[in-house]
Amino acid sequence: MRTSGYSTRSRRGFVRAGLVATALLAGPCARDALASTRRISDDAERRIDLSRIPRRVFPAGAPAAVFVYCLAPDQLVGWPRALRADEAALLLPEVADLPELGRLTGRGSTAKLEGVLALGTDLVVDVGSIAPTYASLADQVQAQTGVPYLLFDGRFEHTTRTLQRLGAALGAERRAEVLATGVQSILDEMAELRAGLAADDRPRVLFARGPTGLATAAAGGLNAEVFDVVGAVNVAQTGAPNLSLISLEQVVDWQPDWIVASDAAFFSQLTRHPVWSSLPAVRAGRAVLAPRLPFGWFDAPPALNRFVGVVWLAAVLHPARIRYPLAERLVATFEWLYHRRPTQAQIDSLLAQTRLPR
Amino acid sequence: MGVRAIRLSWGALTVSLVVLLAVAMLSALGVGQYPLTLPQVLQMLVSPLADGPRDAGDLPRTVLWQIRLPRVCASVAVGAALAASGVALQSVFRNPLAAPDLLGVSAGAALGAVLGIFLGWNIVTIQAAAFAGGLAAVVVVHAVGTVLPLHDRTLSLVLAGIAIGSMLGALIALVKTVADPYSQLPAITFWLLGSFASITPTDLALLLGFGVVGIVPLALMRWRADALALSDDEIHAIGLRLPVMRAALIAGATLATSASVAAAGIIGWVGLVVPHAARMLVGASFSRVLPVSMLMGALLMLLIDTLGRSIAQSEVPPGVLTALVGAPVLFALMLRRREVPV
Repeated sequence: MRTSGYSTRSRRGFVRAGLVATALLAGPCARDALASTRRISDDAERRIDLSRIPRRVFPAGAPAAVFVYCLAPDQLVGWPRALRADEAALLLPEVADLPELGRLTGRGSTAKLEGVLALGTDLVVDVGSIAPTYASLADQVQAQTGVPYLLFDGRFEHTTRTLQRLGAALGAERRAEVLATGVQSILDEMAELRAGLAADDRPRVLFARGPTGLATAAAGGLNAEVFDVVGAVNVAQTGAPNLSLISLEQVVDWQPDWIVASDAAFFSQLTRHPVWSSLPAVRAGRAVLAPRLPFGWFDAPPALNRFVGVVWLAAVLHPARIRYPLAERLVATFEWLYHRRPTQAQIDSLLAQTRLPR
Repeated sequence: MGVRAIRLSWGALTVSLVVLLAVAMLSALGVGQYPLTLPQVLQMLVSPLADGPRDAGDLPRTVLWQIRLPRVCASVAVGAALAASGVALQSVFRNPLAAPDLLGVSAGAALGAVLGIFLGWNIVTIQAAAFAGGLAAVVVVHAVGTVLPLHDRTLSLVLAGIAIGSMLGALIALVKTVADPYSQLPAITFWLLGSFASITPTDLALLLGFGVVGIVPLALMRWRADALALSDDEIHAIGLRLPVMRAALIAGATLATSASVAAAGIIGWVGLVVPHAARMLVGASFSRVLPVSMLMGALLMLLIDTLGRSIAQSEVPPGVLTALVGAPVLFALMLRRREVPV
């Protein structure tokens, strides 16, 4: 009995010692956790507390998916739509295979709120417009799911700030710095290019969008920001910054120096169309197609992917001023953004798509 | 007697509408963003070079022959076709609310086009899909309407049209849901709004070809169509074959509407309201309402498209303006009619 009593007491002692030890060990951890509860504010002046680094991040739409992929691919839980094979071929295979989630856009959402929870999401991220519509949507989703929701400004000039803020939220500060530095150096390079351009040297460019080429993104809108960066003048100064429909006659009247198309079917018909083919730009071969792999180079979606378009379009529009070898520069840009070095053949095939059929 | 007092002589009205339309078409040719004035247009129209080989760099000539003239003619043709379809369907269904899209033409055409955009087809194929979709929808509606065990044949057609139309609408919504929101969704939205912005001479030729084939049966039946105001039994009693008449009028209206929708997208209101306006001017006789409606529809559509392409740098969709311009015109006509003692 004594023995057993001793033994019991000693066992209790062990337990007590264990508890003390646990408390001693846990103490600093708890303090760490407490210290690392970070208050993050987003671009809509919404503040949320993150107690730990989010492991599973749900992108509300395509721009957010691109940002999260570029910053912290391991934390992404899926894509707004499943990626096609040609898109996946330029991205990390295990991330490109992630499932389709739909998009969170309020009434027009295709993503399910329950899915946000079912996937064990610990952060929802949206990048794009920070208008009250989207801020209130963020509040609503956050209230319904209890999952923190961050909204960042998707405009070009905010890219570095968005990278830094989102990077901090994702615990990917170092990667955010790499991306932000790269973005800034491209923007500086382009600022230098623009500074060297006289007003007459700036090519007047039309963004001919969609299957008829007659939807255009006017100057001042999210869809045509690449033009401003590469020192081009958007011929569509319609004052309406969003997409609008224009007439063929308007195109003839504008007489753009260059045409950038977004629809492959439209682009392939350009030299055969009775009117488009008679435009000086098309006759001189000054029309290009903005590729869409792995994400749109020009505007679809408006996210980090547009820097590929900047690097490309600057070289296309200013061959005398841009010194870098385009194909090699694109290989490096893809690797820098997308964590995967494309083969020279992949880049060559993308560049071949951009040119007018002979 | 009072109502007849405001009716113009039918012949005088038709002739004045034709003259008005011709003047409007010529004037519209002088309007546009490209600096090409009416005298230059007239000179090019009469110049023998017009038929000669076209230098691809001759932009004024390209603007006139490839853009403005096809567009002006297309708006006239679409306006006439939609108005004629409206006249035919309002007669067949004995219902003033019947419009060219009653039997699902627009919904079918829209689904065809939306699928084409979703699958990344080129614009010619998208238009072909729209045309085929419009025809296919009416064939299905007609088949379903014929099978439905209702005594009232027109009612079963209308019911089938509403049901199939909403099914097609649901499929369009489904495609819009899965379409890429940055590239495909804007294209779908613009297509559904309707536009003459991308009309080419080839589009015009197809539109005119199918439009004429569609309107011929309507014109041929302009006398017999008045009998549609009678009851089914009375029509049978005077020896007319109602199902054949009905099918021919529906087929003609469908062909004309499908060709219009394929060329210019969905433009509402013209087919619904223009026949009413025409009836107020010339009475209910089909043989008078048909040509007057076509002329008025052509004039209205031309006016609207000319406005839509010239009031701003961006296009204003014709469907928006038809409603904004058409509604006050209709009210004005109705008010004018009320002033006359009946």
